[in-house]
Amino acid sequence: MQFDLIATAAKMALMLGIFILGVAPIMLWVERRMSAFMQDRPGPNRLGPLGLVQGVADAVKFMFKEDVTPEGADKPLYLMAPALALIPALSTYVVIPFGPDLTVSGKTVPLIVSTGSAGVLIFLALSSLGVYSLITAGYASNNKFSLLGGIRASAQLISYELALTVAVLAALIPAGSFYLPDVVAYQQTHVWMVIPQAIGFLVFLIAMFAETNRLPFDLPEAESELIAGFHTEYGAMRFATFFMGEYISMTALSMLAVTLYFGGWTLPWVHLTGWLGAIVGLMVLLGKVSLFMLFYVWVRWTFPRFRYDQLMRLGWKVLLPLAILNLLGVAVATLAGWFPGVG
Amino acid sequence: MEAAIFLLFAVIALGSALMVVTHKSPVYATMSLVVTLFSLAVMFVLLGAPFIGALQVLVYAGAIVVLFLFVLMLLNISKEEHQQEGQTVHRWVALLGAGAFVGLLVPLLYRATQGRNAGVLTEEFVSIRAFARDLFTRYLLQFEIVGLLLLVAVVAATVVARKPPAAPSGASGTESPVSEVEP
Amino acid sequence: MSLPSSVPVSWFLVLAALLFAIGIAGALTRRNGIGIFLSIELMLNAVNVALVGYSRLLGERTGQIMVLFVMAVAAAEAAVGLGLFIAVYRQRRTIDVNRLNLMRW
Repeated sequence: MQFDLIATAAKMALMLGIFILGVAPIMLWVERRMSAFMQDRPGPNRLGPLGLVQGVADAVKFMFKEDVTPEGADKPLYLMAPALALIPALSTYVVIPFGPDLTVSGKTVPLIVSTGSAGVLIFLALSSLGVYSLITAGYASNNKFSLLGGIRASAQLISYELALTVAVLAALIPAGSFYLPDVVAYQQTHVWMVIPQAIGFLVFLIAMFAETNRLPFDLPEAESELIAGFHTEYGAMRFATFFMGEYISMTALSMLAVTLYFGGWTLPWVHLTGWLGAIVGLMVLLGKVSLFMLFYVWVRWTFPRFRYDQLMRLGWKVLLPLAILNLLGVAVATLAGWFPGVG
Repeated sequence: MEAAIFLLFAVIALGSALMVVTHKSPVYATMSLVVTLFSLAVMFVLLGAPFIGALQVLVYAGAIVVLFLFVLMLLNISKEEHQQEGQTVHRWVALLGAGAFVGLLVPLLYRATQGRNAGVLTEEFVSIRAFARDLFTRYLLQFEIVGLLLLVAVVAATVVARKPPAAPSGASGTESPVSEVEP
Repeated sequence: MSLPSSVPVSWFLVLAALLFAIGIAGALTRRNGIGIFLSIELMLNAVNVALVGYSRLLGERTGQIMVLFVMAVAAAEAAVGLGLFIAVYRQRRTIDVNRLNLMRW
């Protein structure tokens, strides 16, 4: 019991450390430099070599900026909204495996924080709680634009959540389990799920962008639309919290995508074991996730923004039927034995 | 350890349930309901139903209550006004009724669970695979009926809540947010 | 985790009963239509806890499956009920159930 607690605490500390200390500053820099590169301009290059210290400067700025609360804002809800953005995003990593099973002093330690059998469901459940920050931020700001932005954003999120969930279900059928290490093991012995389920992956990818309010689906927080949408009235540290929450949820969904479709922490023909395998596995996982994050930034400056009605139409009339057809196809294929799966 | 978790989340669930039924602002009541639902999800996991617990958060707290919040914000429902006459008596009667209900039920429950023990929680009981097998074989008819029910609900909600087809001539000048905003 | 529960199931059932009672008190007391609705959801959840509790006690999975159906029915009811609220609000501009009294004598 003691041992379990310590092991779990260590794993949590590792993952949280990667998320909080790693994702936000690195992504800030990557986003700005890569956007600049795509737009043929230098980007931040004055602070430190290649502008690497820019993140620190931004953090200092956020911390010292004056904290303004709008008059007539619903105080408790207003203060709660940024926290509600971070909490679901930060808790979803518990079901992602990041390495092979380790043996420490005679006991097997699976490298995953939560060994519950309902793994992916827990991920989906926790990420569906992210809607609340949008709604409460929009409502509590005492600002009609924020309210509209918040309602639109949450409608977008719950619509695309459906397509996401159905796509995830299809990816789980061959592995036959909600527990992600099983899915990873399946992909190691057979094939990366993205190859037979390319359509499902496409649906998941598009839904992923919509779930994190990233271009081309960022109408609710776009600058030329409802000012800044649901987080118009949030300044300084609170805005930084929303910002961080967005990056962290991007990372979390990318981790899920990598684990479900791209083999997670495993490499195609290499069998990783032991402590060295664990370190390599973690590196592999982070490498794949960073490719996804680069893709996020790449898409941001490539496509124009969807108008709200186009967005909803895409979610309900295109993605959801496609995801359901994909699920049907995978189910039939598994039963017919074409899919090397549970059957 | 389990008892500690149970007590903590039971207290949270009861406290937020009281907030749900007493708080003046409906938005706060709804957020308290979310807290209650979350605590109940923990209860479900303690009772050996992690699948139901995850579904509770995913469906109930993540979708149904969001729907409540949507409607609250679109209709801009304000807080309940001050008490009307007869309200206090009304409240005491309701409280008495609820108290009598609990008073009658609790001894019954204790007597019902007297002899039996909860038994061992096996892997098989918790497994989602067995749950699914039951759902799709033994309870297939009920499953299909519920699916039909959901379809009917979708159609009904759409029909009931949409804008009336033809606006009468001389429509009111002020429009509520509901008819303007079509999210 | 294969160990007998250290929390007797009757505790869960008592929790369910208390929640149900709170829900009843709320449904009878609140004037806001949405408030009544929330109390009803509370009652449904209390029933869910009781069902899962009995399922655990008897070692049968039937209770859990019933909970699934209760959740689906609650979702359907919430959707239609809220649609009704929207329709009523359009006509009468209020959700206060004391004022929605067209059917009273």
